[in-house]
Amino acid sequence: MVALPAASLLRGKSSEVADRVFKLAMVLCGAAVLATLALIVYELVLRSGPSWHAFGMKFFIADEWDPVNAKFGALPFVYGTLVSSFLALLIAVPLSIGVAVFTTEMCPVFLRSPLSFFVELLAAIPSVVYGLWAIFVLVPILSNYLEPFLGKTLGWTGFFDGPPYGISMLAAGIILAIMIIPIISSITREVLMVVPRHQREAALALGATRWEMIRVGVLRNARAGIVGGIILGLGRALGETMAVTMVIGNRPEIAKSLFAPGYTMASVLANEFSEATGDVYLSALIEIGLALFLVTIVVNALARVLVWSVTRNQAVGSHA
Amino acid sequence: MPETTRISALHQVPPIALRRRIVDHVMTAASVLTVFIVLAPLFAIFAYLVYKGLGSINLAFLTQTPKPVGESGGGMANAIVGSCVILGIASVIGVPVGIGAGIYLAEFGRNRFGDSIRFTADVLNGVPSIVVGIVAYAIVVLSQRHFSALAGGVALAIMMIPTITRTTEEMLLLVPRSLREAAYGLGIPRWRTTLSITLRTATSGVITGVMLAFARVAGETAPLLFTAFGNQFWNVNINQPTAALPLQIFNYAISPYDEWHRQAWAGALVLIVLIVTAVAAVRVAVRRGTFGAA
Repeated sequence: MVALPAASLLRGKSSEVADRVFKLAMVLCGAAVLATLALIVYELVLRSGPSWHAFGMKFFIADEWDPVNAKFGALPFVYGTLVSSFLALLIAVPLSIGVAVFTTEMCPVFLRSPLSFFVELLAAIPSVVYGLWAIFVLVPILSNYLEPFLGKTLGWTGFFDGPPYGISMLAAGIILAIMIIPIISSITREVLMVVPRHQREAALALGATRWEMIRVGVLRNARAGIVGGIILGLGRALGETMAVTMVIGNRPEIAKSLFAPGYTMASVLANEFSEATGDVYLSALIEIGLALFLVTIVVNALARVLVWSVTRNQAVGSHA
Repeated sequence: MPETTRISALHQVPPIALRRRIVDHVMTAASVLTVFIVLAPLFAIFAYLVYKGLGSINLAFLTQTPKPVGESGGGMANAIVGSCVILGIASVIGVPVGIGAGIYLAEFGRNRFGDSIRFTADVLNGVPSIVVGIVAYAIVVLSQRHFSALAGGVALAIMMIPTITRTTEEMLLLVPRSLREAAYGLGIPRWRTTLSITLRTATSGVITGVMLAFARVAGETAPLLFTAFGNQFWNVNINQPTAALPLQIFNYAISPYDEWHRQAWAGALVLIVLIVTAVAAVRVAVRRGTFGAA
């Protein structure tokens, strides 16, 4: 490289050193991101070791959680996490897709941005505030109205059986649903918006009604991306802690009825971690944390790949 | 006139079957209904916060520490200050590292190492907050041998970094290449160009990213449960257990006392107002700044 005379005057040795120091500092910041993840994995694996050695794979199959007698089985928590998250998806998915379809396809243009603003405002409410509201507003509604009604009409299925206390798996599922709606609906909206206009026009030209156009021309094309959004919502639901802890009842039992209390992996950590006495107890809790960490990583990676595949393909398609 | 005849000819196409029209209307009505169902909890939450919280906020709530159980009165002043201390620590650690990593990705990161950082940041973003709490406990609390504001700050910093990194990168990449080239052409060293030209141009976007990260962690409770732990008394020593607003709301909400429930609502209202004003204030300031520069 031949330096120009003027530049060489300004870019002396000192600025070259400064450049190098600057780059090094930025590299270190970037490396800190990698180091953080490495540290998380390292600490979780290291400290869950005693529990892993004591129980092995049986840890996740055993259903007895009795710290006093040093019996640790994580199945009730795994069950609670899966059921509450699945319930949340069951409620949130149709609602989120409905909202996304309304905002992109039906609503007057002037309503579009305030509507998405309001839905995204749901994402800004802290988890503990959701929990507070759920304890004092949602749970009484459930125990006074919804649960007696469900018990009377659907009690025979066994899913809506038992006394309607309000504090239940059902309450956790509903509050989780409210919390993941903004995620699923904003991703769905994004994905719907990249569906090319001509898909809609083609459907309409064939004589489709508006709903047929949405179903055939829009939703079908956006399928993979919507599924990605749903999985991203699932990732959030699996790891959600405070609101669930406040309404699920925190009892490590596996019950068929959604009216019964339950317990999730995240909420057992929240409740018992700071009081855990003894190495095995603490280690068992950290192993639950490790499992939660691994599951959410897999779920999030899957979701990202799905969303990315749709938005990327569409972007390429629109250029062609 | 011939136009009209042609259109009326079109009308002889058999009308859309009744069933299809009904389905169309039903589905339209259903999506309108979903909007109402989704917005109902939002308005219900804000209505309850204002209705229950506003009545409980008074000077004592904002200036006093909690009273013992059974006595009415007292407040959350220590928790409000504690939250500020913890968030301050989190920002001091998280903001420079996050922005630095963002700069690395935007200016030097078009390689394998950069890609791995991008991927890691996305993964970190999805880690449940309670797991971050465990790690902060393992790193800070176990080595200090007691709960502390520092541990809480570290936990929240870990949660801030990925968001700040990715938004900073995005914002820096929006700055036109020509601006950087112009600076190099003037003989300005690279570090100076990055800091005074590129970062300066992207300031408003970077600050917005920082505020998003800040708002996200300000309401976090789970990572503080076994790091900052909470405290019923005044404490500004960052090496001691410290109260935080979200923790206090949690503890009061699950308590059996009406007086504490009242204060939990008040605390929740204060928390929401703090988050919203912090974000709004910065938005306004940034907007004014960019208009001033333009």
